Amino acid sequence: MEGVRPRVRVDRATEAGETVEVKTLISHPMESGLRRNGDGDLIPRQIINRFTAEFNGEMVIDIAVEPSVSTNPYFEFDAIVPEPGTFTFTWYDDDGDIYTSTNDQSF
Amino acid sequence: MPGNARKATLAALLAGTVLVAPALGDESAELIIEGEVMITRAPAPEHMEYIDEILSGWVFRSDETQAVQMDDFDNPGMLYVDEGLDLWNVTEGEAGESCASCHGDIESMRGVRTQMPHVNEDGELWAMEDYVNNCRTERMEAEEWGWESHQMLSMTTAISYQSRGMPMNVQIDGEAAEFWEQGRELYYTRFGQLDLSCANCHEDNYGNMLRADHLSQGQLNGFPVYRLKWAGVGSIHRRLRGCITDTRAETFGRGSDELTVLELYVSSRGNGLSVEAPSVRN
Repeated sequence: MEGVRPRVRVDRATEAGETVEVKTLISHPMESGLRRNGDGDLIPRQIINRFTAEFNGEMVIDIAVEPSVSTNPYFEFDAIVPEPGTFTFTWYDDDGDIYTSTNDQSF
Repeated sequence: MPGNARKATLAALLAGTVLVAPALGDESAELIIEGEVMITRAPAPEHMEYIDEILSGWVFRSDETQAVQMDDFDNPGMLYVDEGLDLWNVTEGEAGESCASCHGDIESMRGVRTQMPHVNEDGELWAMEDYVNNCRTERMEAEEWGWESHQMLSMTTAISYQSRGMPMNVQIDGEAAEFWEQGRELYYTRFGQLDLSCANCHEDNYGNMLRADHLSQGQLNGFPVYRLKWAGVGSIHRRLRGCITDTRAETFGRGSDELTVLELYVSSRGNGLSVEAPSVRN
């Protein structure tokens, strides 16, 4: 989908083992597939159906997203930073598109 | 019997009133965004006869809604700002120009939002959307954007964001006086089957509940606004249309002379409040 824009903000860890707050937001209409247009026809579902965060290849969080999640989905969670490295955030769209964003942690 | 039934209904209504307490926010809270204190309360401009203190709509919102605007990351309106910043540099149209070709950095737009709408060189009152579209058709030789199109909203939000924190200061005298008078006339005119003027809610009854809605003063300093109800950013004219439709009236079109003069008058009632674009409301 065109024009989808991920945003990520992660606290900066100052030492190994520190817990950081992660906030993510992505612009997406999250069309539920339950609404009808002016002609009475169903508007096809198109949502972000999965969101994952990995750190140096290791899965931190893996979320199955359902149609009731509202427009511009926002996820916030805490993560432990065990070593210097990179967070990789991935959003999976119903249309097959994949959006990613990264965050580097060094100390 | 009908009397008893009526009493029972009334009792049920009263019980309902007690049970369904509205979610009101902290009206004395301070709005601080990224360390900058916004002016959410100010002495009313001299021209206002019936109100002493003007209040940003932010003051009237619930704690949760207030909180979303206090953090730029949480504020989904910032998505539009980001998009507007990108559009600023996009070359489009026959002339091969972008916004940046003439205006340089978008920071040059600082202060623009505080003076909108504004009387242009030809003596017409223009909203920010009119200025953007004029640039697009005259200077860029590109297609106009729709008033409520995603691009237009992103652009007006990004431009308005440059003025965030500055007090609203629309001109109401000189060449603007005539338009301002027309807007004032509209503000106090009752419309629709419900026979309501803007003033009936936003001057006589702000702070009271209109069913589940905590009535604000109807200030425009937060626009373009991210409304949770819309799940997106919307223009001032969209909001004005919504209000007029709620009175069960035939409303005016986006970009119409009527809505633009009304925008000027309502904006002038907020002279002194900080631009909050993009604000967050319910």
